[in-house]
Amino acid sequence: MLKDEDRIFKNLYNDLGWDVDSAVTRGDWSQTKELISKGKDWIIKEVKDSELRGRGGAGFPTGLKLSFAPKEIGSRPHYLVINADESEPGSCKDRDILRFEPQKLIEGCLVTSYAINAHTCYIYIRGEYIREGQRLQESIKQAYGKNFLGKNACGSGWDLDVHLCYGAGAYICGEETALLESLEGKKGLPRLKPPFPALVGLYGCPTIVNNVETIAVIPTILRRGAKWFASLGKPKNTGTKIFCISGDVNNPCNVEEEMGIALKDLIEKHAGGVVGGWNNLQAVIPGGSSMPLLPKSVCETITMDFDSLIKAKSGLGTAGVIVINKDQDIIKCIARIAKFYKHESCGQCTPCREGCGWMWRMLERMADGEANYKEIDLLYDVTKQIEGHTICAFGEGAAWPVQGLLRHFRKEIEKRSHEEPLIKKKSNIPYLVDQHLLEKDSA
Amino acid sequence: MSIKKISKIQPESFEFSKGNLQEAESEIKKYPKDKKGSAVLALLYLVQKQNDNWIPIAAIKYVAKLLGIPYIQVYEVSTFYSMFNLSPVGKYFVQVCTTTPCMIRGAKKIVDVCKKHISKNQNELSENKLCSWVEVECLGACVNAPMMQINQDYFEDLDGNKTEEIIQTLLEDKFPTPGSAKNRKNAAPEKGKTTLLEVKNA
Repeated sequence: MLKDEDRIFKNLYNDLGWDVDSAVTRGDWSQTKELISKGKDWIIKEVKDSELRGRGGAGFPTGLKLSFAPKEIGSRPHYLVINADESEPGSCKDRDILRFEPQKLIEGCLVTSYAINAHTCYIYIRGEYIREGQRLQESIKQAYGKNFLGKNACGSGWDLDVHLCYGAGAYICGEETALLESLEGKKGLPRLKPPFPALVGLYGCPTIVNNVETIAVIPTILRRGAKWFASLGKPKNTGTKIFCISGDVNNPCNVEEEMGIALKDLIEKHAGGVVGGWNNLQAVIPGGSSMPLLPKSVCETITMDFDSLIKAKSGLGTAGVIVINKDQDIIKCIARIAKFYKHESCGQCTPCREGCGWMWRMLERMADGEANYKEIDLLYDVTKQIEGHTICAFGEGAAWPVQGLLRHFRKEIEKRSHEEPLIKKKSNIPYLVDQHLLEKDSA
Repeated sequence: MSIKKISKIQPESFEFSKGNLQEAESEIKKYPKDKKGSAVLALLYLVQKQNDNWIPIAAIKYVAKLLGIPYIQVYEVSTFYSMFNLSPVGKYFVQVCTTTPCMIRGAKKIVDVCKKHISKNQNELSENKLCSWVEVECLGACVNAPMMQINQDYFEDLDGNKTEEIIQTLLEDKFPTPGSAKNRKNAAPEKGKTTLLEVKNA
């Protein structure tokens, strides 16, 4: 288990106070000036050497991302955008950073902005986090008061302004290009890539978009050294990570642990075990709703890092661990996730807009035992037609959990789906109807 | 995507109060001078704040004019984002999260309480016109499930009885204390921490 001194977020539960003075006594903002004076290349190299991978879900190497920004400021200004639009079901780690460790994030903003030549940084927070936003705004104000931000920020000679912007309840705005659209005051419709935001981003200017947790760990990495960070976890999956353990566990909680911790340890040691005992475990969704679930047999031995989970045909995602025990109806659980994606699809690409609704309706029928056995293959076919045929990764995120269900719980669905196919038997099941017609009551 | 009902009863005109106009200007200042349109979300929030938590058509036109962007762009934005209400909601607006992590821990009980005490259907005002409720997607407090949001505050670690208490308090036109119903400390494990046992501000 990770030692407390190696934990980065010491105030994760707000035992010590969130304000700037408490943060400074915890070591934030110490040597910031010295770190910056070592130069942009040193910062980027150090982040590269630490092998930090983005904490927002995709696990892209952060150092590499920072190095994509143009080295010199051309005719257009550079921007740093922090993605605090945390909406993935199962994940609530950024919320605690925003509430209790805001100075770590703000310090990260300064160091990163300097490294990528940005003088303006926007923090895009989800609209529902009103109290968290107020806390962050207050923290930004406190940082300005101490001259940690603004002109000649923290005595480093670099000017930086940090602005807070609220989203308004759209999950898709967590996708980086949709977030930029939203920041420009438009609907959150993802853009085609390339061009990547590092060259053509906010207002067409070079922009680096990063998750809250990624940026918040950077100052600590620089202070304690890339070697220290790389020594934690596994090769290529280094450092610490905040895990959110929710669902059927006795003590759901957020906890910072080493990457590559065994899933069983995480559940048993920190979350008080599965409700009804380990043998009552049915499945675990390891990385927020868009990652495929893992059956109990895999959960026994799997470790929580990007590469091992990809090998198990799932993913670490945002590390929102949702535990599902045998008292739950697994098909209903995934059907609810499918409904989430149906609700949150931005509607730009047809496979996703229509397909998400199809998947949801099929799964609901399967859960109620009203589906026919041929629909199981049809459902798989629909997921395959969504995956890879959309502008952004939302399509994959919507299709993967359903594919995971089909991969591991096909027998369960088959048991319930015995209706004859429509063509053989006259049956009054609505097949392909406009999804809005079904939603009259929630309009 | 979800459909939005635009209210049939609309006020004739809308204008920001002096205080809100100042706030709107400081929001606009966050963005480059020729990119005023970026502030549209922030301004629509201000409209909701001033206008009992919903946005009339007149305000959409007003915001478009203020920012110098097309009316349709503001209209698009206000219909796209789920947090903008285009028809009146209760003074106490209850949003119940029912996505999988909350569902597993019993969000249905909360929905039942809302149905029983507020209104049979979503988006309907309670009998005394104070409350309305709606099912929403993940609110990002999954380790404190099940939970709901009332106006600006999160109510966490709920169960049927506690929810009933909270809703009754609302119906009496009082605001209950937000936070965990189990007196749990934030996102720490309920029965004792397993990490950060001896941390101090050094």
